[in-house]
Amino acid sequence: MADLHKLAIMLQELDDQMVACMKCGMCQAVCPVFAETMNESDVTRGKIALLENLAHEMIADAQGVKEKLNKCLLCGSCAANCPSGVQIMDIFLKGRVIVNGYLGLSPVKKAIFRGMLTKPTLFNALLSFGGKFQGLFTSKVDDLLGSSCSKIMSPLIGDRHFLTLAEKPFRKIASGLDTAPGKSGLKVAFFPGCVVDKMLPHVGEAVLKVMKHHGVGVFLPKGQACCGIPTLSSGDRESFDKLVKLNVKAFRKGKYDALITPCATCTATIKEMWPKFAENYPAELKADVLAMAEKAMDVSQFLVDKVGVKTVDSPTGGTRVTYHDPCHLVKSLGVSAQPRTVLGACKDYDFVEMSEANRCCGNGGTFNLHHYEVSKKIGQRKRDNVVASKADVVATSCPACMMQLTDTLSRNGDRIAVRHAVEIYAESLD
Amino acid sequence: MPSDALTKEFQAIVGKENVLESEADRHSYSYDSAVLDPVVPELAVRPTTSEELGKVVRLCNQHGLPLTPRGSGTNLSGGTIPAQGGIVLLTNALNKIVEINEEDLYAVVQPGVVTATFANEVAKRGLFYPPDPGSQAVSTLGGNVAENAGGLRGLKYGVTKDYVMGVDFFDVNGELVKSGSRTVKCVTGLNLSALQVASEGTMGVFNEIILKLVPPPAANKAMMAIFDDIDKASETVASIIAHHIVPCTLELLDNATINYVEDFTKAGLPTSAQAILLIEVDGHAAQVAEEAEKVVELCKKAGAVEVKAAKDEAERNKLWEARRAALPALARAKPTTVLEDATVPRSQIPAMIRAINEIGKKYRLDIGTFGHAGDGNLHPTILCDKRDKEEFHRVEEAVDEIFDVALSLKGTLSGEHGIGLAKSKWLEKETSPATIAYAKALKAAIDPKGILNPGKIIGG
Repeated sequence: MADLHKLAIMLQELDDQMVACMKCGMCQAVCPVFAETMNESDVTRGKIALLENLAHEMIADAQGVKEKLNKCLLCGSCAANCPSGVQIMDIFLKGRVIVNGYLGLSPVKKAIFRGMLTKPTLFNALLSFGGKFQGLFTSKVDDLLGSSCSKIMSPLIGDRHFLTLAEKPFRKIASGLDTAPGKSGLKVAFFPGCVVDKMLPHVGEAVLKVMKHHGVGVFLPKGQACCGIPTLSSGDRESFDKLVKLNVKAFRKGKYDALITPCATCTATIKEMWPKFAENYPAELKADVLAMAEKAMDVSQFLVDKVGVKTVDSPTGGTRVTYHDPCHLVKSLGVSAQPRTVLGACKDYDFVEMSEANRCCGNGGTFNLHHYEVSKKIGQRKRDNVVASKADVVATSCPACMMQLTDTLSRNGDRIAVRHAVEIYAESLD
Repeated sequence: MPSDALTKEFQAIVGKENVLESEADRHSYSYDSAVLDPVVPELAVRPTTSEELGKVVRLCNQHGLPLTPRGSGTNLSGGTIPAQGGIVLLTNALNKIVEINEEDLYAVVQPGVVTATFANEVAKRGLFYPPDPGSQAVSTLGGNVAENAGGLRGLKYGVTKDYVMGVDFFDVNGELVKSGSRTVKCVTGLNLSALQVASEGTMGVFNEIILKLVPPPAANKAMMAIFDDIDKASETVASIIAHHIVPCTLELLDNATINYVEDFTKAGLPTSAQAILLIEVDGHAAQVAEEAEKVVELCKKAGAVEVKAAKDEAERNKLWEARRAALPALARAKPTTVLEDATVPRSQIPAMIRAINEIGKKYRLDIGTFGHAGDGNLHPTILCDKRDKEEFHRVEEAVDEIFDVALSLKGTLSGEHGIGLAKSKWLEKETSPATIAYAKALKAAIDPKGILNPGKIIGG
């Protein structure tokens, strides 16, 4: 049963933020979901109107509100385009917590978040176990993209072309590192994130290689957990808090100049969401959260802004690479130049800009699971732009975007590789 | 909620996916951009073809069901609030640009085409569609025509009505009525297209619109004139026009707005200035150069403290950024932003602004005023918190008084935002009982059951 007093306080907080929405509708111009569905309830203005209603009387259709509220990529395009500067991401995430507090978490999510995700040892063991047997249920589709599809009919997977679990997760390749700064005099704490750990360990290895090359010390502690965004975006505040605490515990012992991640979503979550939800944490925990948030940055941003990586002149005729801006980097954190600079530092590559490079790819984490048909349509537009750029490789800075790009390119039979910007840079150091 | 049988009838016309009936969906079509109480419709229905559109209108009429057409719901006067329930008719799937005729300079569009999308498509062909409402990135052409939307270029290029060559619309029986023509000259029959413009969906439901296009200007030049006295700024506006120079844009920001913009943008605006004018002239290069020089001279002569002319495109953009920041800057100052649309003859701008400032003091309200000084269209913007009932009551009283003053200065209730629900109570003050009676008789003849966007403009 929901704690109604607590809910009432949260609703009041939400009301204070929502009242700034002028209902001007400018969010419609940039919302990728609205562009596909054309439904007012799928765009921010509509969702805020629903939440206002919820705040005032908990309308009869709370489940409907929940569904509408969840039909959002959390890409932040609307917030970046909002004339009134409404803190939209805060509203949506707090709104999901409120609706979830009212309706309760689904049994499946409860089992996944509270039973597994917040227990990293068990979570890792289960996925390692799954990784060993995944070959029984999956078929390889495209070697270039590393995509597979399901051998069996599964409503959860559908016709997706997906990345499989790595044979050896990154934490088994490298963990418990604590190396001293080299020639750069800098040291980073490294937060690889779940997808890099479990599906794309080579991205994690690329980060280590690059840091070593530039003489940057690395603190890579054991006991890292998910950054918490899947739980927060599902309205499960309890699990989110647990995950934040686990991560703070893991990183507390280290001394570092920056906390780097190769995942746009993890960076934005640590940098923006952790502090916003830390208000009522005990003082020591709050201080640690704020310190981590302050130091969090995207790996390319670190390489350019702190290490000084620069674009180099290179002969034309190299591999054509284009770049997709992950929403969490460009819209939430304003990072877009640095990954391009990193790609420009790769002498065997020619950088080409694609149209609408900063338009969402449609993944949106759990959005892709719940609204795959809409996600696919948004992804198709991105795919068309990638293909039109005539690039051989599409680079990005977010493993979730890499999953979506892989799916859409693979399903279309396009022979265009999907790489992380830092992977390409690491390769160029050979 | 409508009966299941009625819902099924709509579904049979437009398909199940285009009849939005959940509580959550219905709530999200209960409002528009006006600061008014929402009204929840019974259904939202989205036709995807002309044929479906006609059938939906016919079905509503058969059942006497109120029908509120809605493009993007960006209007500021409540025109798309379903005041008497019924259905909200969504036009956003009717979004095809049917034709752009480069030889005869016209285009044919469906009502759901987004204004900026259209303007961009036209520009790609080297042509120009001048109306540029602030919401153009979102608003639809159908909505622009229904509200007779304006914009920053109104002084030289006029508003939407000046570009409507024809409107094909469904009457309340679902019959397609054709009006206007693709020819520049057309005086055939009654001007039914003109009746549709600014009708806010009360006289018919648009099917296709014929819009006039023009050649784009070859060059432009932007300037900012700074004044320590708002009267001098207003005199400058009159002086420029009196010297037969018609800028494409002539915008005014008052002291309050300048300060809010500066707080927000840190662009280096002169915060002690009582007003700034942002002026742009366009046309052939030689004419632009000559007019720009003359404008600078006239501004100085009228008492401008300083006139800054943009040297290049980057500087021009910087000037317009200040204007574009006016609403966001004001909107961020307080939770609720009541953007009004008082319009007076150009010569009355100083009197209007003085009155707005006095009204602000009288009702203890923060008001920033900016707008299209060249055409007398001001946007006094009241900053408040609608949850504070006592304060919001003062806002309502202040708005009443602002419109009283505008009318007393021989102005009008709306320069570009329409009448809708928000201003219908004042309509008789500006017109006359006979005017209202005439409009009501027309409405009754066209729509005997009163189902086409009821409650708007003339009430009822």
